Amino acid sequence: MADVSTTPLKTTPLHGLHTRLGARMAEFGGYDMPIQYAEGIMAEHTWTRSHAGLFDVSHMGPSFLSLPQLGGGDEAHRKVAALVEMLVPSDIAGLAPGKVQLTVLLDENGGIVDDLMIGRPSGEDEQGSLYIVVNAGTKENDFAQIAKAAGAEAQLCRADDRALVAIQGPEAEAVIAGILPDAVPLTFMTFRRIKDTPFGNVIATRCGYTGEDGFEILVPAEHGAAFANRLLEDSRVKPVGLGARDSLRLEGGMCLYGHDIDISKTPVAASLSWMISKARRERGDFPGADRILRELREGVPSKRVGIRPLGRAPAREGTEVQNTDGETIGVVTSGGYGPTVNGPVAQGYVDTTYAKAGTPLKLIVRGKALDAEVATLPFVPAKYKR
Amino acid sequence: MTTYYTNEHEWISVDGDVGTVGITKFAAEKLGDVVFVELPDVGKSVQKEADMAVVESVKAASDVYAPVTGEVTAANAAIVDEPAKVNADPEGGGWFVKIRLADKGQLTGLMDKAAYDAFCANQ
Repeated sequence: MADVSTTPLKTTPLHGLHTRLGARMAEFGGYDMPIQYAEGIMAEHTWTRSHAGLFDVSHMGPSFLSLPQLGGGDEAHRKVAALVEMLVPSDIAGLAPGKVQLTVLLDENGGIVDDLMIGRPSGEDEQGSLYIVVNAGTKENDFAQIAKAAGAEAQLCRADDRALVAIQGPEAEAVIAGILPDAVPLTFMTFRRIKDTPFGNVIATRCGYTGEDGFEILVPAEHGAAFANRLLEDSRVKPVGLGARDSLRLEGGMCLYGHDIDISKTPVAASLSWMISKARRERGDFPGADRILRELREGVPSKRVGIRPLGRAPAREGTEVQNTDGETIGVVTSGGYGPTVNGPVAQGYVDTTYAKAGTPLKLIVRGKALDAEVATLPFVPAKYKR
Repeated sequence: MTTYYTNEHEWISVDGDVGTVGITKFAAEKLGDVVFVELPDVGKSVQKEADMAVVESVKAASDVYAPVTGEVTAANAAIVDEPAKVNADPEGGGWFVKIRLADKGQLTGLMDKAAYDAFCANQ
């Protein structure tokens, strides 16, 4: 494969650890990242579903948007929330302290610029600040857009030089209990700052991208490798690369930006209407609101669904989807093999008339029309700690 | 019985005018866990260097090319039923097809074991 890029790849604070663990490395989002370790994608996937997987997600874009003066309770929160609400359709002002919301940055046509997490800190001395995590491949543009929206009102402080480590799986909580006990009381989609740990001041969020219970922990760069090594000392933890991260999120029914969602899709088409809060619908004050509110009322021509090939052959991104009459009705946007499902899984867009679970579909793989059906997402039930 | 190798990482082990074909250990390791295999039907004609079978890992699909021109005389159903056999024993029980060679002269263009090992060392 020819590499035409002359820009050197960026590395994360855990890069040396990946090399030492014998990872197979490849470019992802401008970073040199581990695709898999010695045991391979299947074993790493299965391990995460049954024990605990450690993922380096430091390539992503954590950041803080803060008013010049922190503290000041709900009023300060509403003020900083108003700045990002210009860009997203979710109710950020209404977030309870310590809550994280998954949402989308929208362009003026309601197209998805990126998916991201926005959190309201729990500490009184942190009010007026938001914890914002965007995707690796889109972060420069996202940060520029957020900083522009904030103007002189608030400052965006990037934290993507730190280590962001995810620990995912049914044993993640037990592992974390021995290392960061203060993270254990967190429930799904909540976060907190934990000061003066052996790894410095960290931010722990109970969330993930696998469908399993788990945490994502932001650690100062200089403590990143020590933190990851400490986790790996526990026999319940194994390192997991981006290969298994993708098969886990696909089974979990989650979107991969640039594949399942992009600027050509609105949240309604992407089956992410739940992100558009009631208060924001009533106010209609988010980018592309005219189009999105119309789509909410009248529906969309095609929408994102889960697709379950009924045979053994995986259907990859770009696979044509037909109805049983042989007419083109959609396309696969990501697909592969689901090790936990023990069969192929995919998601894609189909004409809305075919979007109901159980609808028979045909997938055109290497010239053959293979049987498939619309499936309810996720393929593997989520095991979040509510 | 002599085994030859292609620069696309297939092997062919020739006995008389029939060759058993598979992918090499090097290729199987590079590919990772094999989750799906599609083989040509018995009786099908295959062309040297044209795609003949498909092998898919969790991440990606790859074509397997015919190392020689000929007719498929057997296909290994065991790897279709249990694709992991390709990883477990790529140059043995994980064979793909047997081909009746149309022209044994085509074998001279392939690599022997030593040449193939040197080729892989440079990959």
